[in-house]
Amino acid sequence: MYDGILAETTTISGHGGDLIEAYFARPLGPGPFGSVVVIHHLPGYDAATKEIARRFAVLGFAALMPNLYSREAPGARPDDAAALVRAQGGVPDDRLVGDVGGAAAHLRALPNSNGKVGVIGYCSGGRQSFLAATSLDLDAAVDCYGAFVVGAVPEGFPLKVGPIVDRAPQLSCPLLGLFGSEDQYPSPEQVLELQQALDAAGKTYEFHSYDDAGHAFFAPDRPSYRQAAATEGWQRIETFFARYLGA
Amino acid sequence: MCTYITKTLPASGSAKGQAEWFDVTDVSVYFDHPVHAQAGHTLNIDLRNPMLGPSARVAAELTADSARALAHAILAILDEAPPGLT
Repeated sequence: MYDGILAETTTISGHGGDLIEAYFARPLGPGPFGSVVVIHHLPGYDAATKEIARRFAVLGFAALMPNLYSREAPGARPDDAAALVRAQGGVPDDRLVGDVGGAAAHLRALPNSNGKVGVIGYCSGGRQSFLAATSLDLDAAVDCYGAFVVGAVPEGFPLKVGPIVDRAPQLSCPLLGLFGSEDQYPSPEQVLELQQALDAAGKTYEFHSYDDAGHAFFAPDRPSYRQAAATEGWQRIETFFARYLGA
Repeated sequence: MCTYITKTLPASGSAKGQAEWFDVTDVSVYFDHPVHAQAGHTLNIDLRNPMLGPSARVAAELTADSARALAHAILAILDEAPPGLT
């Protein structure tokens, strides 16, 4: 099978019809292909997350990563853009949903799309993945150690988000959750609470928590990287997306 | 985790950015993931001038111990300065 991919910066229609930057990586074969919206982490629309998008393309999915900071810092370096946006309190939830929805619509409209779109996010993006999957009609969602799905932001934090576990009944698709047992945000207790909410709502989900792993164990360029957890976690993601987004 | 722990404050002074000096109008201080430092979380300082755009920024990412030592040193130096100059 032909294994070429193409990865490039493009422009998509995001929340409110705003034109925003996005990184688009996709297989060049005839398809049909499933698609993935990749939500970048708080540090921004960076090289590491673009690498994740390219990995999905190699795996046979069209991957689109909207630059959530396009509006505040068009053309800026990812670290500068992230510094500006964090100083302003982060990305509003409704805008995030609009941007992911725009990315999903863009992917579904591709001529070689099979019509199925999933979402994945890491860290702050893990919470946003759950938010998107409980707000939009999607086919699969992956939450990698998203904090504050369960649990209120501690007193004094300027983070402008609240817990969203009560949105579990609105989950539109199967959910894969990947967590580190040594993480405190989310803690194992918070992961359990999310599981209980999903059980109560009768939702399809699959959670895995890895020992000897804390937050950000997937990030190969950070000391938090845990090879065993990341390797198995990627296998879980591949299997999950192949099952729910496959042709 | 992404802590989002941040304090922002107005400031007056100058910083040397990617190309040249600029007037500093804002400072952000936060404890969160670094971009470059090899640590899970660092004390990060951004000296900024948002009116000049996102790139008007001098960034530092310090380990918690380094940041505390720097903070103490700054206060000590200011305390040692001759009266009337600060």
